[in-house]
Amino acid sequence: MLKITIDGHSTEVEEGTTILQAARKIGGEIVPPAMCYYSKLKGSGGKCRTCLVKVSKGSEKDPRPMPKLVASCSTPVQDGMEVQNITSPEVLETRKAIVEFLLINHPLDCPVCDQAGECDLQDLSFEHGVDTSRFEEGKREFDQIDIGENIKLHMNRCILCYRCVYTVNQITDGRIHGVLYRGDASEISTFIQNAITNDFSGNVIDVCPVGALTDRSFRFKSRVWFTRPMDAHRDCPKCSGKVTLWMSANDIYRVTARKDEFNEVEEFICNECRFEKKNAEDWIIEGPRTITRTSIISVNHYQKLKQGSIINPVAKKIEKPSE
Amino acid sequence: MSLTNRTKVVSNKRMSFLERLYLPAIFKGMVITMKHVFMKKVTIKYPEKTREFSEIYRGRHVLKRDDEGRERCTACGLCALACPAEAITMVAAERQPGEENLYREEKYAKVYEINMLRCIYCGLCESACPKEAIFLTKNIVDSEYGRAQFIYGKDKLVEPVEKDKRIDVSKRQTPEVLAFKKLPNERHNI
Repeated sequence: MLKITIDGHSTEVEEGTTILQAARKIGGEIVPPAMCYYSKLKGSGGKCRTCLVKVSKGSEKDPRPMPKLVASCSTPVQDGMEVQNITSPEVLETRKAIVEFLLINHPLDCPVCDQAGECDLQDLSFEHGVDTSRFEEGKREFDQIDIGENIKLHMNRCILCYRCVYTVNQITDGRIHGVLYRGDASEISTFIQNAITNDFSGNVIDVCPVGALTDRSFRFKSRVWFTRPMDAHRDCPKCSGKVTLWMSANDIYRVTARKDEFNEVEEFICNECRFEKKNAEDWIIEGPRTITRTSIISVNHYQKLKQGSIINPVAKKIEKPSE
Repeated sequence: MSLTNRTKVVSNKRMSFLERLYLPAIFKGMVITMKHVFMKKVTIKYPEKTREFSEIYRGRHVLKRDDEGRERCTACGLCALACPAEAITMVAAERQPGEENLYREEKYAKVYEINMLRCIYCGLCESACPKEAIFLTKNIVDSEYGRAQFIYGKDKLVEPVEKDKRIDVSKRQTPEVLAFKKLPNERHNI
């Protein structure tokens, strides 16, 4: 077991673990944000640079600090390593610059985009970005493409994280989707506008950190925060059938996989669950999904607190009145 | 403790002869009445005369069009989210080819309703709007006979296309906002 200290919090991890995974094990605000790394996809990470951290002590054997900031998603932990994330002003300054780079070609169409409200890039720029842009040149522009009858590709919004490419490579058979061209001209596409028809292709919508790949059956139907997430399951022969339904009254607007605290899906779901089962009778509804209070999705959704789950100090006082 | 120094202690003692006549009390009351008849009125005769409104009075809403007459609203839902009275609802739709002269963005509000009975005219919708589409105006909401008529749809909210019938909201935009709109990299806001 290797000992690692991140922002003063120590933990022990197995050999081969990356700094980002160790930080996620500790949890809390010291976890570096990640736009391209996805723990469920092999080989992902190292592209977006938002998870850069400072290694102030390389290891017990060689305590020299690393000369540059390193990408925490692809740097393995060494014994005795000391890492600075939010305690290092250098890291925060760099992260601000990275966000600015990511936003250079990202259009400001959040009012139109279906991903708004659950977008990783929105969260990232809200937390680390600046509210003005210094970029005056034109942005890259592409036409919108329908990849099959269920998925819409807005290449304008893509940040080239490659997550969808890994998803298609690793959980579906037959690679038909990848990155064409190079550098500034590179774009996610299918070969000669082939439709993606594989049963699990809909998962590219969930792994996309921005609104580049969106659900055509949910296109402009509602805003994310006007629908209410409910955990539900069904007996599906192809996948686990465990999903989140986004409902308003008794109507199902959208079906997605369940996402964890790092916004990664817990289990990939099949296209039949995602696109075809839009009746409440198809599902066994377990109950409302817990969304963090700070998320816009929980605005105006009121929920009775469970016994023992009270986090609000005011609520505690109400429960136990002083005598 | 009293709020004014005009309190009088009452008692049920026997009244004197003058008091039983009531004439001095009636006279005193009439003096007060006549004084009020000739005092300056606090009310105005409404339909003939209207009060002066503040330049930034928050009255009935308008959904603005841009310079080319296209609807600015893109149904992003931020006004409905900001609304403390939950008075705003909307249904979005996708712009079809050929409708580019009607709607500015690829998404638009097919249905946009404000319940004027719920609205508290706080102006938060206006602050939340990223597209400068909704504004509160000096116009006031007309009185109606039924509650249903107070649910204003797009027919009542969207301003007319004709340039001379547009509703002027320039007074509601601060110099900072107008300067911001001129920035070259904020083109989306024009």
